[in-house]
Amino acid sequence: MADPMKVRATLKGDTGEIRVLMNHPMETGQRKDGGGNIVPLHFIQNVEVKVNGRTVVEGQISQAVSRNPVFSFRVKGVKPGDKIEVSWLDNKGDTNRTETALV
Amino acid sequence: MRTLSRRAVVAAAAFAAATGFALAQTTEDEVLKYRRMIAEDNPGELWEIRGEALFKQRRGPKNASLEQCDFGMGPGVVKGAYARLPRYFADADRVMDMETRLVHCMVALQGFAPKDAVKTKFGDLNRESDIEALATYIAAQSNHMPIDVRLEHAKEREAYKIGETLFYRRMSKMDFACATCHADQGKRIRLQDLYNATNKKEIDNVMRGWPAYRVSNSTVRTMQHRLFDCGWQMRLPNVEFGSEWTVALHTYLSHGANGAEINVPGMRR
Repeated sequence: MADPMKVRATLKGDTGEIRVLMNHPMETGQRKDGGGNIVPLHFIQNVEVKVNGRTVVEGQISQAVSRNPVFSFRVKGVKPGDKIEVSWLDNKGDTNRTETALV
Repeated sequence: MRTLSRRAVVAAAAFAAATGFALAQTTEDEVLKYRRMIAEDNPGELWEIRGEALFKQRRGPKNASLEQCDFGMGPGVVKGAYARLPRYFADADRVMDMETRLVHCMVALQGFAPKDAVKTKFGDLNRESDIEALATYIAAQSNHMPIDVRLEHAKEREAYKIGETLFYRRMSKMDFACATCHADQGKRIRLQDLYNATNKKEIDNVMRGWPAYRVSNSTVRTMQHRLFDCGWQMRLPNVEFGSEWTVALHTYLSHGANGAEINVPGMRR
């Protein structure tokens, strides 16, 4: 189980701003550890954002994204109390999911 | 080649002198803008979350959590404890800062050997540090409270005096004191502004935000690491975690920032 991520969802006018801070090493496959061995590729592949169960963002990202990445999305037509669900899947098959209510 | 580059330098210097003010201002503005942007989503908060879990988890040979650790406000009280540290602890008969006290509890309550307790004192990309996570969680429990180091005990006053002396004392083969870099206004190393510990506003700004997420380290660092790193930069022999040297300086600096509102985890370059 991956470490928790942090989601903040706030309403600004009629636009919801969703900010996600993910906890992930995002290894590029280029770095060597203290013993000189290459640290294998380990990165988030898919990111998905749902509002009330409906997918609004579906994205593929790569190892080019930095460690502990931050994403921010703007969604129109949302209202306070809407359920925001964020999940990711990495190249090792590990997943993480968290949900919060829009305020 | 040599003359050419020297001429280029002179030209560049003249240009900088002519536009220096405007240039410095926009650069600073840009740096501030960047800091504000990343501060909104401080990755240090992930350390705080992990620290809370570690704090409540039963660990070590004695299979105990840290929830009974006494940070000076009584066993188990973490709220506001960091604001009052460093302080004197009778059970250890010495002044301790938060990180030192944390290690003390890991040894006394959880039964870790002192050597094992500080094994991951500083994390890196290959190994996360439990102490950095725990320290972030504990310090964050004093958020929005003013730093309040009281120097009530004789040993606390002694630590403060030692810290003050060390701050101004030139040490080691570089003949550097802390004050060489941190007692004048407007000093910097490359683009990095050096804070002035004798300026109340600047010391407040620094001390309120430790432990801090250090962007260049990709990890949260504690004040113990900052002091260790300063020691290394001054070419001191290896500064030990929780040594009297570090705690005395920490006492001096924290007391200097009394009244500053704590905002942890901070964000540093």
